[in-house]
Amino acid sequence: MKLQRKNMLRASALGALVVSGALVLTACGSDDNTKTGDGASKAAAPAAGDIKCEGAKGKLLASGSSAQKNAVDLWVKNYMAACSGVEVNYKSSSSGEGIVAFNQGTVGFAGSDSALKPEQVEESKKICTGGQGIDLPMVGGPIALGFNVAGVDKLNLDAATIANIFNDKIKKWDDEAIKKLNPGVTLPSTAIQHFHRSEDSGTTENLGKYLKATAGDAWPYEAAKKWPAPGGLGASGSSGVATQVKQVDGAIGYFELSYASAQGIKTVDLNTGAAAPVKATGENASKAIAAAKIAGTGSDLALKLDYTTKAEGAYPIVLVTYEVVCDKGNKPETLPTVKSFLNYTASDAGQKILLENGYAPIPAEINAKVREVINSLS
Amino acid sequence: MASTTPTQIDTAPPVSTSKRPTGRAGDKIFAGLSKGSGILLLVIMASIAVFLTYRASIALSKNEGNFLTTFDWNASANPPVFGIAVLLFGTVVSSIIAMVIAVPIAVGIALFISHYAPRRLAAPIAYVVDLLAAVPSIIYGIWGALFLVPQLAGLNLWLDEYLGWTYVFDKTQVGVARSLFTVGILLAIMILPIVTSVSREVFLQVPRMNEEAALALGATRWEVIRMSVLPFGRSGVISASMLGLGRALGETMAVATVLSPSFLISGHILDPGGGTFAQNIAAKFDEANEFGRDALIASGLVLFLLTLLVNGAARLIIARRKDFSGANA
Repeated sequence: MKLQRKNMLRASALGALVVSGALVLTACGSDDNTKTGDGASKAAAPAAGDIKCEGAKGKLLASGSSAQKNAVDLWVKNYMAACSGVEVNYKSSSSGEGIVAFNQGTVGFAGSDSALKPEQVEESKKICTGGQGIDLPMVGGPIALGFNVAGVDKLNLDAATIANIFNDKIKKWDDEAIKKLNPGVTLPSTAIQHFHRSEDSGTTENLGKYLKATAGDAWPYEAAKKWPAPGGLGASGSSGVATQVKQVDGAIGYFELSYASAQGIKTVDLNTGAAAPVKATGENASKAIAAAKIAGTGSDLALKLDYTTKAEGAYPIVLVTYEVVCDKGNKPETLPTVKSFLNYTASDAGQKILLENGYAPIPAEINAKVREVINSLS
Repeated sequence: MASTTPTQIDTAPPVSTSKRPTGRAGDKIFAGLSKGSGILLLVIMASIAVFLTYRASIALSKNEGNFLTTFDWNASANPPVFGIAVLLFGTVVSSIIAMVIAVPIAVGIALFISHYAPRRLAAPIAYVVDLLAAVPSIIYGIWGALFLVPQLAGLNLWLDEYLGWTYVFDKTQVGVARSLFTVGILLAIMILPIVTSVSREVFLQVPRMNEEAALALGATRWEVIRMSVLPFGRSGVISASMLGLGRALGETMAVATVLSPSFLISGHILDPGGGTFAQNIAAKFDEANEFGRDALIASGLVLFLLTLLVNGAARLIIARRKDFSGANA
């Protein structure tokens, strides 16, 4: 017993050492962060001129889609640097959770990967007195198809081939269908291992919508947050899928472009029927979003994307994330902050940040309507 | 405690307990406090159980599929269809794999620490094993996904080639080792510290007299262990294993990171697929609507029931072996 107690003491001493060491290290880390933060806000100082803080005050809570987290974080940083005394807190959880929080009235706005469903709109009427929840498209982004095939640097695929790969119909990289799309490329006979998200996800749903619209019979599934096809391998989160693709030879998977650039993963160029295959980039995604039509009624700006677009340089596998707010009946204490913050995110300066960070700005025409609606919020 | 031999107890002066004045009021307050805490605990547990059962019953009453046999989890859809068969299978299978791997190793380590290792080596080893328990499970998950999964590719091929005829080890799909088997190995590593440290404690409590008697009869060290240490420690090792099993059944993040889940039951444990209760709750909770969360609560209740059954069974086994338990020594 005595010996044991001594061990415990020794163990806790070592544990304390580890913990305090970690604290010291993290303390250094946060020091560095503030330094870079200062630098960035200095660099972004000209943008501060575009931020109008009129009436904004206090604390604004928001919650929702993790797909737009990085963009919102940058916005919040610049915004809070320009408007003192205002605190914006975006909790990136998931679209579903964001909408639940919105409909419970605990957040000023919610971020969502998909537009509100009719029953969710119905529910929102309880919170938005005299109004209802509406969708404002704010952040676009390309969903890249990352691949890892030894010796292959460039890969062109079209919708039907992508569908057949994720459907287990095409099993080897040197399949005729892939060869035909990639003349002059030596493809190995490695088995294809395709990765999808193991948890429900808006990214899965958006890829599903694209395949449903363009791949014809090759993709018989309805688009849903849950991965529909049998076979393949699941991994949790975009980062999980990207890590697996990076690790496994013969792998292909889908995730937001920023994950591909962060890990140096090669991405598929999409053969949309345009003259040349389209690269997954923020600009190209914006071009595809420009082909979208507004499907919402009134001030609701939910978009109906045109996945079959053949416009030159338009990359149609895109994700549009919305900010969900009340058109009327926003809480008086947060309304000025919501308006002022969203005015910034929808401004030219706000949208420019998107392009620099792997996202896609909302095309000018739609963006103009978004700004109109933001100014009319009450 | 390990060094307290009966002789010592006999020679020790009787500890006086009655001479020092004790406040009656203090006794009463303490009794009241402990009784109150006990009752409070029961009330809290009961109200949690009532709440969970209520929420689960909402989900179950609207389920279009059979809760026990449906191979699907689509609780947020309209109409909702969900069942726990796959989760039950995956949870039990991965835990069994973990136990089969972990318990013998843990007992081995515990015996080594308590009876074989030189004192100077025993302490650091015990310490390192205990430290394994302090690693958060998400770290195990990341380690599993980044390191363990690629490392197991070779083992998988080997098992498939030489034991493929057993069906269980027949790998039918190409794909990295994000399988229940890998999860089992990871869980085994995770439950190793708890099983080891409890077993070690028990082995250290084997009455010195028993061991010395065996040695005096000319038994080798292995015979001592076989004849006195193992029989004495059996019930302790069983309880240690059950503690480990409890952790394996409920492990969430590590499984969610390593497993490639799919809603089908397959006896080929090297193939990716399957799922566990806790992993499914973690994966589905974020995007679930209120009804979907009720359904997840219902699945959680089944896990609760499963854990209860396992613990009950363990208690039965231990009760039957009471004669050997440390309490009577």
